[in-house]
Amino acid sequence: MSLMSILFIIFFYLAVSLCVVGVTLKVIQYASTPAPLKIPIAPAPLTKFGVFLRMTREVFLFSSLFRASKWTWLFGWIFHWALVLLFIRHLPYFWPGETPELLRQAEPLKYAAFPLLFGLLGLLGRRFFVDRVRYISSPSDYLLLLLLIAIALTGVLMTFAHYYPDMGKVYAFAEGLLTLNWSELPSEGVFLLHIFMVFFLIAIFPISKMLHAPGVFFSPTLNQTDDARKKRHISDWAIDKEKNSDGG
Amino acid sequence: MAKFDIPKLETYLKTPALKNDAMAGDGPFKANADMQKSLGFPGEKVDNWQQVAIEKMAETIGKYRSIPVFLDACVKCGACTDKCHYFLGTGDPKNMPVARQDLFRSVYRRHFTFAGKYFPKLVGAKELDDEMLDDWYNYFHQCSECRRCSVYCPYGIDTAEITMAAREVMNAIGVGQKYSNQILGKVKKIGNNLGMPEPALRDTLLDLEEEIEEDTGVAVKLPLDREGAEILLITPSADFFAEPHIDGLIGYAKVFHQSGASWTLSSYASEGANFGMFIGNYDIMREGALRIRKAALDLGVRRIIVGECGHAWRVAYSFWNTLIGVGGGATDEYALQLQNQLDQSFPQPQHIIEYTYDLIQKGQLTFDKSKNDHRIVTFHDSCNVARGSNMGGIENGQFILPREVIKAVCNHFVDMAEGTIKVSTFCCGGGGGLLADDLLELRVKGAFPRMQALKQSEESSGVNTLAALCAICKSQFSKVLPYYDFDPFMVVSVHQLVSEALVLSGDNSQTESKPL
Repeated sequence: MSLMSILFIIFFYLAVSLCVVGVTLKVIQYASTPAPLKIPIAPAPLTKFGVFLRMTREVFLFSSLFRASKWTWLFGWIFHWALVLLFIRHLPYFWPGETPELLRQAEPLKYAAFPLLFGLLGLLGRRFFVDRVRYISSPSDYLLLLLLIAIALTGVLMTFAHYYPDMGKVYAFAEGLLTLNWSELPSEGVFLLHIFMVFFLIAIFPISKMLHAPGVFFSPTLNQTDDARKKRHISDWAIDKEKNSDGG
Repeated sequence: MAKFDIPKLETYLKTPALKNDAMAGDGPFKANADMQKSLGFPGEKVDNWQQVAIEKMAETIGKYRSIPVFLDACVKCGACTDKCHYFLGTGDPKNMPVARQDLFRSVYRRHFTFAGKYFPKLVGAKELDDEMLDDWYNYFHQCSECRRCSVYCPYGIDTAEITMAAREVMNAIGVGQKYSNQILGKVKKIGNNLGMPEPALRDTLLDLEEEIEEDTGVAVKLPLDREGAEILLITPSADFFAEPHIDGLIGYAKVFHQSGASWTLSSYASEGANFGMFIGNYDIMREGALRIRKAALDLGVRRIIVGECGHAWRVAYSFWNTLIGVGGGATDEYALQLQNQLDQSFPQPQHIIEYTYDLIQKGQLTFDKSKNDHRIVTFHDSCNVARGSNMGGIENGQFILPREVIKAVCNHFVDMAEGTIKVSTFCCGGGGGLLADDLLELRVKGAFPRMQALKQSEESSGVNTLAALCAICKSQFSKVLPYYDFDPFMVVSVHQLVSEALVLSGDNSQTESKPL
C-alpha cells in the first residue's frame, strides 16, 4: 500500500477519534454542569411536550433565527439542510456490502451541492458586507466557511466536471475504513484534497464553534420547562449550601 | 439640557452604522471599600486580580451550565447584532450582544479552550489585561440583562447570563459597581433598597391612608407587620416613596380593600427588588429571598403576593422556589414550615396582576371606566416580566393578563408596534442595575427604541399614557421622557389605572360632583 494511503487512513482514524472523544467530553461537561436556576426564555413552554416542540422547531426550522434575520436564516437553513442531504448522498460509499435500494436512489441528492454553495457564499458574503457581522468575525469564522466552500467545490468538480476519481477504488477505500479491510486510495488530486479537508473538518469539530450542534440541546434557555412555581428546581451545590446555612 | 446628543426619533427604527468607541469610558462609579466589604467582596482590587479572576471564571463555568454552553455555542451568525436597545441607541459595536459576550468569551477561549490556548489570534482569544478589564467594567455595565437578544439567538444564548458572570468575577476581584452594591448593602442592613427604616415606612403608610380617605371617603388600610394576615405583599420599596409608584401601591390597597382580604406589608422584608440577580450572585440573591421567607413565617401569612416590579417578579416567579422553597419540594425545616403554612391551592407566589385579574374574572370588582377616559393608554412590557416569567399559568399569560386588567379599567387601549412589545419588548434602558445618575447618557440613548415606538403610537393613536408594571421602568421613563419631548407624567402604574376606575364600597365620592 502506498504511503499516501497509509497516511490518509491514519488521518481518518485520528480525526474521527478526536471528534468522538472531544464531543463526548464536551457533552459530559455540559450534562454534568448543573443549571441551578430556571432561566427559560420567552416564549417559554409550560410543559415538557412544549419543550420538545420548541427544540424541534429550533433544530429543524431555526425558528429563532427566522425571527431575527430572514437573510441569515435563508442562507443558514439552506446550507444545513443541503449538508444533511449530501451526508445521505455519501452513505453508499461507506455501506459495507450491497447498497440498499433506498440509498441507491439517493443519487439525485448530489444536486444539493448547489444550494449548499449558495448558502455558504451567502453566509460568507454577510461576513464581508454587513458591517456588524464583519466586526464580530474572527479569522476562524472566515476560514471555516472557506473550508466548507472548498469541500463543496472539490465535490462539485468531481461530480459535475469530470474530475471524478476511480469509483471502484473510492468504494473499496471508504468501505475498508469502516470494515478495517483497508485498501489503496484513489490517487486523483481533487479527491485527495476533498477528503483531506473533510477529515480536517471532523477533527476540529470539538475545538471549534461547531460545538453549537451538541450545545443547542443543552441550552437552558431553550430546554427548560417553565414550571418554577409548581416544581422545585435545585442543583446539588445549592442543596449543599442550604444544609450548611441556618436557613431562617 | 444634555451634554450629549439625544438620538432623533424618526418615523421608523433604523439600525445604526457602527460607531467605534461611541460609548467608551470608565463606566459607572465604582463601589468603595465599605460597600464592597459589606457584601463579602474584597474592598479594593486585589493584587493578583488576574489569577483570582480566572479562578472565579473557572468556578462559574463549573457551577452554571449556561456559561460553558453559551460561550462554546456561538457561531457569530449576527442574529443578535441589531437587537440590543443600547446598540440601537448608541451604535457602539461593543453593545452588540455578541460583541459584549465576546469580551468575556475571548478570555474564556484564551484560558479554557484548546484553540484559544494555542491559536489565540485565529479564534480571537485574548488575555484578561488592564485594558480588557476596563472594557468589561464599562460594557458589562451597559447591559440591562433584558434578554431580548436571547429571544433571537438560534441557541438561546442569553447575554444576561454572561453579564451576570462577568459582574460576579469583577466583584470577586474587588471591582464592584457603586449603585448596585450600595443598594444591596442597604437591603442587608435595613431591609429595603431605599434604606427606609420601619418608623418612616409606618408614617408613609399612615399618610397614604389619610390621603386615600380624603380622596374617596373610604377608610382603606395599608397594614404593616400585621400578624395573622392572610396575604403578605412584597413590593419594590419605590412604591413607598415617589410618584408614579405610590399610586400603584394605593391601587393594590384598594383592590385588597375591595376583596375583603386581610393583608399586610412587612417592615423586615420591605423590598421586592433583588439586586443580587443583577450582580449574578446566588448567595446574595438568596439572602434577599430569605428575608421574605422569614417575614412570611413570622407573620403567619397564607399567601405571598408580589407588587409591580419587573426583576422582582422574575426572581419571585422563577427563582424563589429554588432559593427558599416557596412552592413544593424543599427539604429544610423552614421551607417545609413555609409550605405547610402557605395555601397551596394558589400558586405561590402570585403577582398582584394575577390577583386583580382573578377578582375581575369573578366579577368582584366594579369599575367606572370613564374615570380613565382622558387617557389613551399603551402598555410597556417590562423585560423581566415579559421574558423571564409567566402570569396566570397560561402560555403568554404575562402578556395577556396585564392587558386584560388595563382593558377592564380603561376604554382606550392600544398596543405599540409589533416587534417592540411582548416577547420582543424593548428594555426601558434603566434595568439591570443601570438606573444610576452616573449612567444618564446610556439611559437616555438606551431608551431610544422604546421612545421611537411610543412616538409612533402617539402620532397614530394619540397615546398619552404609558402604563408599566416595573419600578425601574417607571423611574427610568419619568427621567428620560422629557429628553424626547414627552410628558414625564404620562407614565403610570397599571394599578394606578385600576385605582382610578375602581368603585369602592361605601364610596361617597360617586354622589358628589367632583371636577375631574
